[in-house]
Amino acid sequence: MKKNTHISNQKQRISAILCIFLSVLSFTSLASEGTFLHVSFDPTRELYEEINKSFLKEWKAKKGSEFAIQQSHGGSGKQARAVIDGLDADVVSLALSYDIDSISAKSGLIDANWQKKLPNNSVPYYSTIVFLVRKSNPKKIKDWDDIVKPGVSIITPNPKTSGGARWNYLAAYGFAKRKYKSDEKATEFIKALFKNTSVLDTGARGSTTTFVQRGIGDVLITWENEAKLSLDEEKRSGKNTLEVVYPSESIRAETPVAVVTKTATEKGNLEKATSYLEFLYTKEGQSIIAKHFFRPTDKAVAKSSAKEFPNIKLFSLSDLGETWDSAQKKHFADAGVFDAIYKTP
Amino acid sequence: MLIETRPYKKLHFGISLGLTVFYSSAVVVIPLLGLFFHSLGIGVSGILEVFSDERIRSALFLSFSVGFISALINLFVGFLFAWVLVRYNFPFKKLLDTLIDLPFTLPTAVAGIALTTIYSQNGIIGSYFEQWGIKIAYTPIGIVIALVFIGFPFVVRTVQPVIEELPKELEESARCLGATPFQTFYKVLLPELWPSLLAGTGMAFARSIGEYGSVVFISGNIPGKTEILPLLIVTKLEQYEYEKATSIALVMLLTSFVFMFLINLLQERASKKLS
Repeated sequence: MKKNTHISNQKQRISAILCIFLSVLSFTSLASEGTFLHVSFDPTRELYEEINKSFLKEWKAKKGSEFAIQQSHGGSGKQARAVIDGLDADVVSLALSYDIDSISAKSGLIDANWQKKLPNNSVPYYSTIVFLVRKSNPKKIKDWDDIVKPGVSIITPNPKTSGGARWNYLAAYGFAKRKYKSDEKATEFIKALFKNTSVLDTGARGSTTTFVQRGIGDVLITWENEAKLSLDEEKRSGKNTLEVVYPSESIRAETPVAVVTKTATEKGNLEKATSYLEFLYTKEGQSIIAKHFFRPTDKAVAKSSAKEFPNIKLFSLSDLGETWDSAQKKHFADAGVFDAIYKTP
Repeated sequence: MLIETRPYKKLHFGISLGLTVFYSSAVVVIPLLGLFFHSLGIGVSGILEVFSDERIRSALFLSFSVGFISALINLFVGFLFAWVLVRYNFPFKKLLDTLIDLPFTLPTAVAGIALTTIYSQNGIIGSYFEQWGIKIAYTPIGIVIALVFIGFPFVVRTVQPVIEELPKELEESARCLGATPFQTFYKVLLPELWPSLLAGTGMAFARSIGEYGSVVFISGNIPGKTEILPLLIVTKLEQYEYEKATSIALVMLLTSFVFMFLINLLQERASKKLS
């Protein structure tokens, strides 16, 4: 009897040790090699599903080998933090260059001169900020000036939590600054804009839901591709309640891509990662991009898809005399302009 | 004593304690210590400075006040649910009993989206209130509703077993001695129940303060008006201000801990009194 319990004790001890060993093993194997991970922001999910298919086909034709691409999507800032904290991405494509700069500065996984490594400052496609309004435009919204009038209810995400919302904010700010030629006037304009805002969702998709599904607000400030996607979706479900309005001018919202050099090198994926991003600049890649309502940078593709993308005046961040670093400090950091708007009544 | 009378050996105790300590350190203690040291980076004065910001103070006030209100509502609603479930028999009782656990298992974001759909201006319930000019979604009322939803299982599930175990004789003798139903409830049953009611309400309150997923959808997140503390943690993280984020988290953690500790203390006192 005594011997028996001794044996079963020993068995249990062994199984307990095995349990701990296995759980430790499974933790470490999470960071497994041989995978290819693309970390991106929210509205590019469908775009990259198609890009991946075409790229892998081309890769197989050229190299004769196959591999799988894993995609991770989420808010741009959250994704950047995940990479900094050790998510082993081979490439990143984010909503702002500020987020890639942050990865570079805080983790050193991406070279500081990443923007120089690919054509067009590592921006293979861009978009702009437009308005989505209710059918037949009951509030007669034509331009930025119309949305700050009293009685107009605006939906836009919170620039503190959403990369996309920072583009919205800077589009409005840039318009006012270029029109009134003064920082104070532009700040007043932004203040009036957020006074008219009744819901600040945490992300761009959330704002679209609030505006389209819940029927709240007169105007949604949103990315061009997101607006077109909403129209597309309505068309498919047989509804017709929305309209896109292009303001007289808006911001050139540049969404950059970069190879996470250190991680890709460690995983032996550097070549794959580089040609993957280069594929975005090819005719094929650019046409897929245009199909998903992002504006292509290739001139020929841009010309053939010009019907989709009305030619409005676009200003860039540098036209406003800002870099992402300075814009972040001035507007969105603690005690910046955005905070000040809500402080003074 | 226990170890000798029951067929478990000391070795079993060793292994199970070892595993408990290992897992609780890996999952709870070490991450929380990390939080603690991370926020120490800016020092106590830094933490205080974070809370000198008006927006954070108003979020602090909002989070605690809506948490308190919703916990209070949960105290009554949860107790009523538990009472009905134990004391009465009715069709689909098992189904209702199962439904109560739903807020535990449902992703809170799903709850938030569903509640917002129903309570927004053109939702089924929201449009009804809109006629009288009452807005529910995107106001603190909406936040309270979300918090009631996620908190009430805590009260139900803590009180339910206690009601089940109330000896029948207690009520019988009270009634025999001439007590009215209300007196029986108030003077005989409630003293037995309140420690568990307090515990359930306390848990619901602590949960409410930290709730993020469901609230961000229904609150509208307007600074100074409907912005909750967990959202501010997220905004700080979004700006890579880890220390500020962790110091807000630390203050929330400490408050919740003190709160739970006080409740445990009260509960212990009450049960000592009863025995």
